[in-house]
Amino acid sequence: MNGSTYLRLEVMRNFRNWRFGILAIAFPLVLYFAVASANRHVTFNGTAFPVYFMVAMATLGTMAAVISSAAVIAADRSTGWTRQMRITPLSTRAYFRAKVLNGYLRAMLTIALMSLAGIALGVRLSAGEWLTVAGLLLVGLIPFAVLGILLGHLLSTDASAPAVGGIVTLFALLGGVYGFEVAKSGPVFVIMKGLPSYWLAQAGKTALTGNGWPAEAWIVIAAWTLVLVPLTVLAYRRDTSRV
Amino acid sequence: MTSITGGGIVLSQLAKSYGNVHAVRSVDLEIAPGETVALLGPNGAGKTTTIDMMLGLARPDSGSVSLFGMPPARAVAAGVVGGMLQTGSLIEYLSVRELVTMVASVYPRPLAVDEALRLAGAAEFAGRRTTKLSGGQVQRVRFAAALVANPDLLVLDEPTAALDVEGRREFWASMRAVAAQGKTVIFATHYLEEADAYADRIVLLARGRIVADGPATEIKAMAGGKTIRATLPGTEVARLAALPGVRGADRHGDAVVLSANDSDTALRAMLGQFPAARDIEVYGAGLEEAFLELTGDEDHADYEGVNVR
Repeated sequence: MNGSTYLRLEVMRNFRNWRFGILAIAFPLVLYFAVASANRHVTFNGTAFPVYFMVAMATLGTMAAVISSAAVIAADRSTGWTRQMRITPLSTRAYFRAKVLNGYLRAMLTIALMSLAGIALGVRLSAGEWLTVAGLLLVGLIPFAVLGILLGHLLSTDASAPAVGGIVTLFALLGGVYGFEVAKSGPVFVIMKGLPSYWLAQAGKTALTGNGWPAEAWIVIAAWTLVLVPLTVLAYRRDTSRV
Repeated sequence: MTSITGGGIVLSQLAKSYGNVHAVRSVDLEIAPGETVALLGPNGAGKTTTIDMMLGLARPDSGSVSLFGMPPARAVAAGVVGGMLQTGSLIEYLSVRELVTMVASVYPRPLAVDEALRLAGAAEFAGRRTTKLSGGQVQRVRFAAALVANPDLLVLDEPTAALDVEGRREFWASMRAVAAQGKTVIFATHYLEEADAYADRIVLLARGRIVADGPATEIKAMAGGKTIRATLPGTEVARLAALPGVRGADRHGDAVVLSANDSDTALRAMLGQFPAARDIEVYGAGLEEAFLELTGDEDHADYEGVNVR
């Protein structure tokens, strides 16, 4: 088996799908310019608003970028391609590697574009700050990348698009990605802090104040990943029926 | 990776239901390495379900599958199986050559991509995007994707369903070339002609069971007879069955039904011995008649018929 050829072609077909890529990236980018340019000199939660909102929109965009594997996988299932590959020696591991890699490449492209947008609006981060924010985002995205694959194996093509949109919005809203938190204390706040999107939203803030994530963040991300991975492997293995 | 010999394909007491539909009731089948076998049967006979279980895509309710001494999952992982499923289109945003290259890359000892494209008759449009192909071209690309595996066992589920006459002929010519390399080939079809022309052996499936299994000539002989129907009260069926040219006899009230290998001889003999016979009809037993006879059909509800071309 030539794993690199397989990966290269999987990535190639993913990035040739421009319609798909542009929609995922354009939304947070447009929102950023629309909102942040009007508030260039505002300070928000102790941070300059363009910086804060750049990280927020990068979070939103990258979440959508990795979860949208669901749409690609659902489409492959509906054409029978997944079944066709099931009768080849392609391993579960190689299959997941390709899907996760594609999600992350889309996410990194989103981070790059959001960073350029930030620079255009006068955001200046040191290399260390930028690397910390980008690094924490990429780590915090792991559960969402897995969730995208899980949804792809559970949902039909028609259901996958609204499901991706709805889940991203829900996680973003409850995680405080949009810039306001639905609760500051109490049981709702406990739930919020249990969401990976909360810590994604915090990634920008903590990095910019010179701190990394608290231990709680790492635990939440790890716990979500540890629950979602076996569920996803199970869904993939069971998913051999004719669609 | 060495080619695995011996063992062949063994299906034993295979059964599978979907809800209360018994797709496969009990299938026992042994196929030696190098054989080309047609699974022939009408729609709903259980061909695709049998193939799905053979490839590990469906889990049998009972019974087992062994491919060259391995369970399907191991054989598939070892890359000794290549398949073309009944349904399936191609993924987008790749050229034909890229797509076949992608499939080749997951096999341990694939054919050269250009060789597979040539064998499948897909070489001339190898540079084209998969979305710009005709139905027949899509089938050829899917065939190329199965061939590029360079498998010991090639499984094809109604591979010519989307092809025109010309495309069919070319397809089978390619398939024959592959079979001639000593590969084991199993294909499903509901066309007797295809099974007859391209298989060493025909396994006739109906209603989830094997109802006949033998060389193509034998199965064809079964399907080639005629049926004689007459009103003839009070005659023993056994005496009718013993008439020359008659293969079997049955009685429905006053009517008798004879299946005949040689209807002319049978008719002369019947009229000679039983001059009381009246309302005589002779009709060609098409494949469908032969199938119904072979299956001892009691329930026509899910029977969709057989296409004879």
